[in-house]
Amino acid sequence: MLGKLDWSAIPFDQPIPLIAGGVVLVGILAVLIWVVVKGHLPYLWHEWITSVDHKRIGVMYILLASVMLLRGGSDAIMMRIQQAIAYQSQGYLPPEHYNQIFSAHGTIMIFFVAMPFVIGLMNLVVPLQLGVRDVAFPTLNSVGFWLTATGALLVNLSLVIGEFARTGWLAFPPLSELSYSPGVGVDYYAWSLQISGVGTLVAGINLVTTVLKLRTKGMNYLRMPMFCWTTLASNLLIVAAFPILTATLAMLLLDRYLGFHFFTNEAGGNVMMFMNLIWAWGHPEVYILVLPAFGIFSEVVSTFSGKALFGYRSMVLATMAICVISFMVWLHHFFTMGAGPDVNAIFGIASMIIAVPTGVKIYNWLFTMYGGRIRFATPMLWAVGFMVTFIIGGLTGVLVAVPPADFMLHNSMFLVAHFHNVIIGGVLFGAFAGFEYWFPKAFGFRLDERWGKMAFWFTFTGFYVTFVPLYVAGMLGMTRRLQHYNVAEWRPWMIVAAIGMAVLSIGVICQIMQLVVSIRNREALRDRTGDPWDGRSLEWATSSPPPVFNFAFHPDVRGEDAYWDMKIHAQQQSLEHDVPEYQDIEMPRNSPTGFVCAFFATIMGFALIWHIWWMVILGGIGAFATFVVFAWRDHDEYVIPAAEVAAIDRVNLEERRSLVSLAGAI
Amino acid sequence: MAMTATVGHAHADPHHIGVVIEHPGPAPKRTVTAYGFWVFLLSDIVMFSCFFAAYAVLVSQTADGPKGSEIFEQRNVAIETVCLLLSSFTCGMASIAADVRNRFWFYLGMAVTCVLGLIFLAIEFKEFADLVARGYGPSRSAFLTAFFSLVGCHGLHVSAGVLWLLTMMAQVFAKGFRADVLRRMMCFALFWHALDIIWVGVFSVVYLLGSGV
Repeated sequence: MLGKLDWSAIPFDQPIPLIAGGVVLVGILAVLIWVVVKGHLPYLWHEWITSVDHKRIGVMYILLASVMLLRGGSDAIMMRIQQAIAYQSQGYLPPEHYNQIFSAHGTIMIFFVAMPFVIGLMNLVVPLQLGVRDVAFPTLNSVGFWLTATGALLVNLSLVIGEFARTGWLAFPPLSELSYSPGVGVDYYAWSLQISGVGTLVAGINLVTTVLKLRTKGMNYLRMPMFCWTTLASNLLIVAAFPILTATLAMLLLDRYLGFHFFTNEAGGNVMMFMNLIWAWGHPEVYILVLPAFGIFSEVVSTFSGKALFGYRSMVLATMAICVISFMVWLHHFFTMGAGPDVNAIFGIASMIIAVPTGVKIYNWLFTMYGGRIRFATPMLWAVGFMVTFIIGGLTGVLVAVPPADFMLHNSMFLVAHFHNVIIGGVLFGAFAGFEYWFPKAFGFRLDERWGKMAFWFTFTGFYVTFVPLYVAGMLGMTRRLQHYNVAEWRPWMIVAAIGMAVLSIGVICQIMQLVVSIRNREALRDRTGDPWDGRSLEWATSSPPPVFNFAFHPDVRGEDAYWDMKIHAQQQSLEHDVPEYQDIEMPRNSPTGFVCAFFATIMGFALIWHIWWMVILGGIGAFATFVVFAWRDHDEYVIPAAEVAAIDRVNLEERRSLVSLAGAI
Repeated sequence: MAMTATVGHAHADPHHIGVVIEHPGPAPKRTVTAYGFWVFLLSDIVMFSCFFAAYAVLVSQTADGPKGSEIFEQRNVAIETVCLLLSSFTCGMASIAADVRNRFWFYLGMAVTCVLGLIFLAIEFKEFADLVARGYGPSRSAFLTAFFSLVGCHGLHVSAGVLWLLTMMAQVFAKGFRADVLRRMMCFALFWHALDIIWVGVFSVVYLLGSGV
């Protein structure tokens, strides 16, 4: 009846996951009860859960990423404590639990923190920057988000019911095959990634189509803001790379469920094929994450330097070059596995070449700052911190791209330090910069600068104190994923790294405090102009938060830096606006399709993990029925009458004009 | 299509070429939908290419089991191919009928497409069942694993296509040729034709090349 599921699935003998799971469960229940008792449920349902507004979906993506960042972060804290105390002792974590933690940490941080964070920011900002009303497929957008949430839910379920993979974050066979991992851990891993991967693919298709087909009047390709370009590149990579992940995981699942022989040791299976396939997805994945961050830095650096981006066209070229080259370097992930010197040399060179366009970008940001009026607001701090950190990460990257050096550093803590260096210093700093920069646009008030700066400095310092020791430990020969060790030289570095982790955690606490304090002082921090940073692109041309339709009119773009251009012209014309003729606006109707679909996907995923076949069929029928019901509805759009558009737009314009004339009087 | 050339003012023409291509604004819904679906199809083809690659890597790994030339039956494959290619034609007829709002030819075209698809699936199913009955199932060797997965993945797509086809017929029956139904019909047709293209790949790489080994 319940497949492999019985009471032994719940780890009564292990206090840590049980207590953690219990606390989370109580927390969720408390929030749910509070929501229901206070009567917020209808608001949540109508305004958020069923919303197809790209801004709301973007915010929900970022919220999901933030929650999962805390989960993945607590895994990291546990690992650093374990390695600090596990010198000539077992430490405080049993080995099989430690193995689950490092696998979950990697999986969560890449798939459920970095991905939803950047997709959330792209969702929130790109339609605004393009001057349009929504993404190409609004309902599909909601489906994509909720499927991602399903994946995250399944990973967290594994904490209490059953176990998570002990294979590392990419589940290499034959370790992940049934004979070596007979439990449900790998199944949790594979199904949660499979489901959220569909969500990511959907988001990718949506954003590619949005950028290529939905730009406002006059927005030629070479007038798009840099963030739109990097979004395009990143989502092209998603469309090209995520199907590879889907196919690879499908093959692994066929091996595990039906006794196929793709990657097994017997009957002719080929383990190297898994390495090739998974890294053919995995390496582009790195650029899927970091390219949007590059876009964010481009926006931030140019805004806070008060200058147009230096070398815009070379930046576009560099972005697209990275997009292409990222598919030609995957083999550097297994230089040591006997491909031979010729193959290694070619992929080594390709891996080093990708540093060239990245270098172009760094110089462009530096030249943008040169001679500019730089304001060191929090987003700018993250951008500058990024440049310093990412250069170090890039240099160590070029180092491990040299095959002979890689033979020494392969699988060592040096490598761990390198990829945290680029992922934290690149993607996470970018995500935080974007968060600080676009927060006022999403919610209508700025974030507290003092707490923001503290968060930056603690995170920045904590990052170096944590990861520089790992470089050293790697040079001293320490390999990754050690549960305990007997080498005295490594120990001091592990203790310093644990201290660094504590500093890093203070940074995270500061960021939470920043949010709390800013929400409390939101009236004082209110942004009534819609343009709190003196921005240059179109998202600042509308109010904060924007009305549901974003723009009363599709803006007419005349050049790069569209909004900057408009502001200059407006000053010249001393704000003489014609009263525009408003028209009715059609907007997509809210739809529970995404939520209901994800509900059935959750049931199906859970049933597949535990081999509960009747429930799988039930979930499948439910998901299909949802699509049919969605296809059957008669009214998928509603009309906002011109009078209402006019009323909303006039209030915004009045507010803005009063502020501008006030500024003029001073 | 969407682009129009206009003589621009100096501001829009930084290089003083004299002619600038001004972007006219968001594309119409039909274009956007078709474009998005094309992007999806490309991603689907990438997924198939992984199974093709796996087949190419594993084709000689027979683990003392049968080789391709020992199990493939050219006659069946020929019938399957004819069915699928014909169904693409009838699907095209149904699309044209939908465009000119002709219900009779639409239903007829779709029904024939459906029957041809089902014949294709039946032959494939029988081929698989026979192989399993002879002890040549997918777990016999890595070659058979790759064969069953690649061909089965295509079969799964055809099955999904048949389900979609029936849903489309029901939609036209219930809603008529509404704009959104027509957009979906266009996507379905693209999907069905793409399956045909992939079958040409399967049939060449698996059956034609495989029979020579």
